[in-house]
Amino acid sequence: MKTLFVLEAIFLACFVLLSQVTAKNSEDIRCKCICPPYRDIEGQIYKQNVSLKDCNCLHVVEPMPVDGKDVEAYCLRCECKYEERSSGTIKFTIIMYLSILGLLLFYMVYLTLLEPMLKRRLFGHSQLIQSEDEVGDQQPFANAHNVLSRSHSRPNVLNKVEHAQQRWRRQVQEQRKSVFDRHVVLS
Amino acid sequence: METSGYLSNSFDGLHSNDEDDDEMVDIAGATLDFSSSDDVPPLCSGDFDEFSSRRVSMNGHGPSQMVDPLDDPLPGVGTYEDFNTIDWVREKSKDRDRHREITHKSRESTVALLLRISDAFSGWLLMLLVGLMAGALAGGIDIAAHWLTDMKEGVCLNGFWFNHEHCCWTSSEPTFQERDRCPQWQSWAELFSGTSTGALAYSLNYLMYILWALLFSFLAVTLVRAFAPYACGSGIPEIKTILSGFIIRGYLGKWTLITKTITLVLAVSSGLSLGKEGPLVHVACCCANILCHLFTKYRKNEAKRREVLSAAAAVGVSVAFGAPIGGVLFSLEEVSYYFPLKTLWRSFFAALVAAFTLRSINPFGNSRLVLFYVEFHAPWHLVELAPFILLGIFGGLWGALFIRANIAWCRIRKTTRLGHYSVVEVVLVTGLTALLAFPNSYTRMSGSELISELFNDCTLLDSSQLCGYKQLPNISDTGVGNTLGDRPAGEALYTALWQLALALLFKMMITVITFGMKVPSGLFIPSMAIGAIAGRLLGVAMEQLAYYNHDSLIFKGWCSQGADCITPGLYAMVGAAACLGGVTRMTVSLVVIMFELTGGLEYIVPLMAATMTSKWVADAFGREGIYEAHIRLNGYPFLEPKEEFEQSSLAVDVMRPRRADPALATLTQDGMNVGEVEALVESTHYSGFPVVVSQESQRLVGFVLRRDLLISIDNARKRQEGVVSASQVVFTEHTPPLPPEAPPPLRLRGIVDLSPFTVTDHTAMDITVDIFRKLGLRQCLVTHNVRLLGIITKKDILKHMAQISNRDPDSILFN
Repeated sequence: MKTLFVLEAIFLACFVLLSQVTAKNSEDIRCKCICPPYRDIEGQIYKQNVSLKDCNCLHVVEPMPVDGKDVEAYCLRCECKYEERSSGTIKFTIIMYLSILGLLLFYMVYLTLLEPMLKRRLFGHSQLIQSEDEVGDQQPFANAHNVLSRSHSRPNVLNKVEHAQQRWRRQVQEQRKSVFDRHVVLS
Repeated sequence: METSGYLSNSFDGLHSNDEDDDEMVDIAGATLDFSSSDDVPPLCSGDFDEFSSRRVSMNGHGPSQMVDPLDDPLPGVGTYEDFNTIDWVREKSKDRDRHREITHKSRESTVALLLRISDAFSGWLLMLLVGLMAGALAGGIDIAAHWLTDMKEGVCLNGFWFNHEHCCWTSSEPTFQERDRCPQWQSWAELFSGTSTGALAYSLNYLMYILWALLFSFLAVTLVRAFAPYACGSGIPEIKTILSGFIIRGYLGKWTLITKTITLVLAVSSGLSLGKEGPLVHVACCCANILCHLFTKYRKNEAKRREVLSAAAAVGVSVAFGAPIGGVLFSLEEVSYYFPLKTLWRSFFAALVAAFTLRSINPFGNSRLVLFYVEFHAPWHLVELAPFILLGIFGGLWGALFIRANIAWCRIRKTTRLGHYSVVEVVLVTGLTALLAFPNSYTRMSGSELISELFNDCTLLDSSQLCGYKQLPNISDTGVGNTLGDRPAGEALYTALWQLALALLFKMMITVITFGMKVPSGLFIPSMAIGAIAGRLLGVAMEQLAYYNHDSLIFKGWCSQGADCITPGLYAMVGAAACLGGVTRMTVSLVVIMFELTGGLEYIVPLMAATMTSKWVADAFGREGIYEAHIRLNGYPFLEPKEEFEQSSLAVDVMRPRRADPALATLTQDGMNVGEVEALVESTHYSGFPVVVSQESQRLVGFVLRRDLLISIDNARKRQEGVVSASQVVFTEHTPPLPPEAPPPLRLRGIVDLSPFTVTDHTAMDITVDIFRKLGLRQCLVTHNVRLLGIITKKDILKHMAQISNRDPDSILFN
């Protein structure tokens, strides 16, 4: 449990650092100048990949639509903003999100469809757990005692994982009953 | 052994005396410090209420043998059942004992001193971690939600992970009029049919929009149903109840966190009329709860953990709005029950850390924290207070109406057959929303985009429909900078206005049936959107009124022709605040959030005027905000801090047993054996039993909790030698003399609370309720002439209050 949290903490730290490091791609900075309509010139938007010190009307607005003496008046109306983004962070976040979503969907499909099929195949081993699942609703503790006393004789990792998963599934079932069926919590 | 003396100090939760050990009487040895390292599952015995969740494990793997339960703590003693209330007094005294022990030990060795320092710092480290984690998650949620929302419209050819705005970021194709068009971003119609205009393209876009919306909401509801049913809804009512002392196991767990994060993005992107602020508070509290497990101090103590959860609620609002101070005030005002002053500083720290983390992730590409950060500083005039108050009245009426309608709809969902078809309901509502929302461009865009556009003040640089004013030829050269004076509305603006009116009606109706569905749903953004639309409409109306009547009495003094006197964006802001205030009944926190959003201190007065008016108007129709109404609907045992008793009644009227009931079930201090105790406990449902000297005298010794009793007896039967059903159960310090062949006695003094709170039978109920609220009690014993008469529990009080206000007392479900 604790290693999980430590790993999570490291992961988050990496995420934050990554966002700092990947921001300096040259494509990720820009200066955007919006110039409103002036006399008979239409409004226009200009963009360029310049740094903060060059982000003003004179550097960015090219080609300048007005002549020498009007440039100042024109530039006074233009508004230039320097913007930065981190495309690496965006890419990382979206790919991470999609993979977690995909994993969850796969796990859901596995739990609802594949696992009962697999358990039916491995009939002998599954009898204990399957019967536990079916009568689980009526007598959780009677069976739990059985399961746990038996599982104590084989304390290996797989059993622990299985046991934890069964416990989690029962919890979710209880939650589902109280939220979706009986509507006692969360209306 | 002395009796625990924590009656000598005032216990008001607002003035925590944690650092003041000197005034406490020393408690020798009666500490309930236990050594279990995990979230201890409940005990498997008896018939509890049907909604206590049953966990499947046993106490079989605790630490081994103890001879005398007095010296060694048992794992499980001192923990609570699911759906029960914690005992604040006990938790706080446990923390004081722990703190005192560490302080005493620290004088012995350097290691102990370092331990003490690290213990003091652990709170701050925890806050830092909570802020980092919540900020990172919120940044991820924002980026993913923006991307997925735009996925309904089209796809980016540069890289599928870019949303519309970022896809066109570097391209120079966007023109002044068409700011979103660029060749790298292809709408679905363009991708499939090659055209972007015409009936075919429109219907293709429409179809794809609906299909994507249905897919997202279907995924969201099935994931919620499969992995964490607790992840649905807003979360704030349940967090309010948890912070007042209730326990809902699994509500703030890691599966709930993962599911809520993923499905929140899906729900928001599916075009439903909901926001993500409430769920972000839930996400932040989950992060805090998970991180609490790293620190012993917070893991084992429920009261300390709730301090951290209060701070986490502040963090949630802070990352949602980019408003750290507003977040802290929201936590103080809306969510927390007890808010010690030291939590204030720590919440602020955590909120700042989270805001800073969010800023460094930079989800919006311009170092802003929130999408609708406005920058105008246009002044307002005193005469405009009248329309602001009008907006306040609208907000109050809307709030009252919404709460009534939503609660009625939720009640239908709860009690009729509609509740069995949750998945179908979600999909149908999404389909309806998508069908009706696509044709109107203002409902097609997401809530935050809509608000951002409505808050925007129109300058020469804008070319949107909402800024479609008529260009007057003699003005265009004389405007100051880019701000413009009031101008008459053009065609585009009229179109925008009636589209907005339709959008208002649509949103008002659809939000009522959307909030409370079985997907993560928040309320802030839809309410603000409704208010912003109403405000903008009124603002534009005022602006046109001022333009066409600039000679009339009202406008003459301050609004000359060509001046920029009325800012519709400000009206939108005030409207948003009014509607949100009307629904949630927030006061200070709302005003602070709104002015942190705008950065303009000039607008505090209009915001306050509108918020106050809306709260007063809404309170005239019903005293509860939406969250309290949902708490009431679910029957949570939440003792409202502000509710008052209108009738005068005495403690003897509310206590149990009433006249017709069987006598109070008590335990005697040394007169019962294990078999009798077990029989008594099994035959009743009570969660605790008073211990008396003898049945005749009924003089009070203490109070023992059911859970602790069962755990101790269970453990003693397994571990201790010779404890059988005939063994005497002894609650006193010294065992009474027993005949030599009697089995060894079971000493259980360690689990008895020797200082239960008592009131006399003639205490007024007002004072009793006050005691319950201020001390956070679960139960209180009633005595008459020093003899035990009965017991009042929190549930009795809630039932009594329900009866007085003519509500159904059986709606209080939990203990």
